[in-house]
Amino acid sequence: MVTYRSDNSNPARIPALGIRVLVCVALSVLLMVLDHRQDHLSTIRKGVGIAVYPLQVIVDSPFRLWAWITESTADRSELQRELARLRAERVLTRAELQQLTALRAENDRLRDLLDARPRLRDEIRVAEIMAVDANPYRHNFVIDLGEKDGVYNGQAIIDADGVIGQVLQTGLTTSQAILISDPSHALPVEVSRNGLRTIANGTGEFDRLDLPFLPNNADIVPGDVLVTSGLGGAFPAGYPVAVVATVNRIPQASFADVTAAPSSALDQVREVLLIWSAEPEPSELENPEPAATEPEPDEATSTEADAPEDGDE
Amino acid sequence: MSSGAYSQRLPVLATIVIALMLSIIPLPDSLEPFRPDWVVLALVYWAMMLPRTWSVGSAWIVGLVLDVAQGTLLGQHALALCVVVFVTVRMHLLMRVFPAGQLMASVFSLLALYQFILFWVNGVAGIPVDAMHYWAPVVSGAVVWPIVNSLLNGVRMRVH
Repeated sequence: MVTYRSDNSNPARIPALGIRVLVCVALSVLLMVLDHRQDHLSTIRKGVGIAVYPLQVIVDSPFRLWAWITESTADRSELQRELARLRAERVLTRAELQQLTALRAENDRLRDLLDARPRLRDEIRVAEIMAVDANPYRHNFVIDLGEKDGVYNGQAIIDADGVIGQVLQTGLTTSQAILISDPSHALPVEVSRNGLRTIANGTGEFDRLDLPFLPNNADIVPGDVLVTSGLGGAFPAGYPVAVVATVNRIPQASFADVTAAPSSALDQVREVLLIWSAEPEPSELENPEPAATEPEPDEATSTEADAPEDGDE
Repeated sequence: MSSGAYSQRLPVLATIVIALMLSIIPLPDSLEPFRPDWVVLALVYWAMMLPRTWSVGSAWIVGLVLDVAQGTLLGQHALALCVVVFVTVRMHLLMRVFPAGQLMASVFSLLALYQFILFWVNGVAGIPVDAMHYWAPVVSGAVVWPIVNSLLNGVRMRVH
């Protein structure tokens, strides 16, 4: 074939264009089917993800720089005000923690009485949100922890106020995660007041979750706090999720129309917490007596959780 | 491949990387639906001007990167991009001589085709979609096209 010097001077057709486009289309369709049906493609995702990582870091850097600038140029009086506020908050939380210690001891004692396994505490690590998905109908985001940090698929993500979402796909150094407000996300919850169990679905709006499976006579009122029930397996039990906002009982419908507002501002978080659920040892499951009578396993895991340590001193 | 090919490719690659970065940069929620498809605009331009080096194959790879960056179904953007670039390459001689208005109209229809493929794949895969979100980038993309066009023209003139 004759070689042409430049694209611009060549009016001839591009060779094998049709074949190339057919191959590309076929490959795309194959990838999409495999990706949609099963989870075979995580290696491809991870490989390309490593190439994308520097881009995400570069895109994120102006925001980090801005945060750094505002932090380092904040004036003295503002910092002092902030310090005073944090001191006051610390006194308050310490007071609450004292109570918590007493309550925890009481809870352990009661569980001993009931011969139940002690509740294990979870390990928690801070992650930063690096990017948010461009498509508002898929509430995904990227965090800066990945497989090398021990992140796993389906891991629960919370922030200071409540549950945020879960890990969707781990990469080597970053992970894709899904918010609880994503329309395809459903979360098993229970009403903390009476233990009523249900499912909270995302709606695509950051400030609203749907509870579609509550019958009209369900005991639920606006203001009820929803916490994770731990039944789905993905989320540890007892973390706040949302507060019931509206309860609309429609007489002719089989289910009540209930919505809830997430406890945390899902569109404003920057730092999130990843939870490593403390799984009970298999031997404990088979033989609950030793765990119920001696509090050692509980003590061992409590050193991993950072928050209670300050309160105990 | 001539020796100059490499130095010619690098600036083009840089513009595509910048387009990729623009497409993952966080925007306020109210502006988010109006984010133009920067990657499509850049690839359409280069496919129109240098169809021998920047054709469906490169578009497919860039699409795959976009899929991973945005966390969409793997192959979705790759499919849409390679179809759009295919149409562009087939029409590149015509598009080069189009007056500005007509070129903008054809970019508009290419963007519409792109969004339609994304929309269609989402529909088949059962991912919920919002019509507004698919039309806003088509309009905003066509609006920013003249700027992209002149910027990339500048890059191309400097390279050659």
